[in-house]
Amino acid sequence: MARDVQLLEKGFSPGKALGLFAKAHPLSGGIASFVGKVRPDGDVKVLELVSYEHLTLPGMETLANMVEGRWPLDGLLIHHRTGYLRPGAAIVLVAAAARHRRDAFEAVDFAMDHLKSRSWFWKREKRSDGWHWIEPREQDHEDASRWDI
Amino acid sequence: MAVTVVFIGKLADLAGQGEREVTAPLEWADLAGVLGEDLASALDNDRTKIAVNGAVLADKRSLRAQDGDEVALLPPVSGG
Repeated sequence: MARDVQLLEKGFSPGKALGLFAKAHPLSGGIASFVGKVRPDGDVKVLELVSYEHLTLPGMETLANMVEGRWPLDGLLIHHRTGYLRPGAAIVLVAAAARHRRDAFEAVDFAMDHLKSRSWFWKREKRSDGWHWIEPREQDHEDASRWDI
Repeated sequence: MAVTVVFIGKLADLAGQGEREVTAPLEWADLAGVLGEDLASALDNDRTKIAVNGAVLADKRSLRAQDGDEVALLPPVSGG
């Protein structure tokens, strides 16, 4: 299975990455993907995603191992930003190529729930009154618990 | 000889810096004295974790860092 897991320090094009991923898996029956973006709401001017080199990317690799262990995939892509992002910018792209669609959908859903609740990222937002750290959301933990993780 | 303590996220704000060199060895019981009360009380939160050289401690109170180790203080993750 082809795996492409990256922690990106600069802006990226999910469309381009997905196009290359599709090209790399011509024999897969289906490709499911998810793109997460900085929500352009409120007065958030900048989002900073903080990562820690000894944990964040290794944790994403461990997640990829878990996904591969659960679903028969032809390919798995996880690209995640770190650093400063503007509203509307892409934060994450997850894509799974599989023989059958259900495996691809579920693999992406699982990976996103895990990334939202268990991955090693810390976020803060710059609003008009300064920087604010973002606390974990209960909903994200509930989403992850759907999968027994 | 030294242990590098890395402060992540809001713990870096509390510490006023991203990392600090402290005298080795470094154990849980030393942290309040070395880091100050504000950081020590943040570390008491069950969801604040400690990693040594990239390995998260199952029991942070078992911390025993030696010369050359990197100790990271990790607040609850906010999610990607």
